[in-house]
Amino acid sequence: MANDDGARRAELARLRRVRDRIDRDYAQPLDVEALARGAHVSAGHLSRAFKAAYGESPYSYLMTRRIERAMTLLRRGDLSVTQVCFAVGYGSLGTFSTRFTELVGMPPSTFRELDAEALRGIPPCVTQRATKPVRNREAGTHPLL
Amino acid sequence: MGEVNLTIHQAYLPADDPEAARRFYCDILGFELRGDVGKGALRWLTVGPPGQPGTSIVLTPPGVDPSISDEERRVIMDMMAKGTYGAINLATPSVDATFAQLEAAGVDIVQEPLDQPWGLRDCAVRDPAGNLVRIIQAP
Repeated sequence: MANDDGARRAELARLRRVRDRIDRDYAQPLDVEALARGAHVSAGHLSRAFKAAYGESPYSYLMTRRIERAMTLLRRGDLSVTQVCFAVGYGSLGTFSTRFTELVGMPPSTFRELDAEALRGIPPCVTQRATKPVRNREAGTHPLL
Repeated sequence: MGEVNLTIHQAYLPADDPEAARRFYCDILGFELRGDVGKGALRWLTVGPPGQPGTSIVLTPPGVDPSISDEERRVIMDMMAKGTYGAINLATPSVDATFAQLEAAGVDIVQEPLDQPWGLRDCAVRDPAGNLVRIIQAP
């Protein structure tokens, strides 16, 4: 039993390093194959184990992280949608727009126009909680609109 | 209600490997070792920043309270391993220099220094027990 626990925790710690790497390097051209190579496991194994531990696949976690950062950058208002798309690690505006719309419920261009107005006057700590994209609210209405 | 006068004296962080925790908090972060009780995996280390003797972190073996069930202990230790259990926020006047030192020391990085939309600059690393250590640029 102790050995089972030890092996499971070693695996969980490996998955934690993969998740931390996504958090750190999300703007790099990362994919699940590269993450799996870094963790010395197969891509299929990584996807299954990561999802079992964290409730979503590493691909989905990476997308959420990128879109979360994109929302922040779009909110600033000084960057175009295209600039934001490349800044968060997407190589194609079409993919970025599709993933963004899936998660946020509106295209990035619409979000950029609406968001500056919607967030005015809300304390920053509340803003962080209220605006974090959440997988199970995928494609729902923006929480502040 | 009358006025209270309280300081934050000690807070607890779980640590499943006391030697690794001591290296991280004392050798790498530069905290003082103020107490060291117990032996083996059951060690309680009290650490804190030099010049601030009134505030300490107690690095504590996880789940040793006998009121915690085996199942609960298993969940706590799994959550520590996957990095979803403990966390602490520290502050420094020089987040970028601190980050460079931590990276050079080989600690697990979670986030490079970044200006957050809520107005703070911070970075984040893992301690050896999987606790998230966020380091904020002191105002």
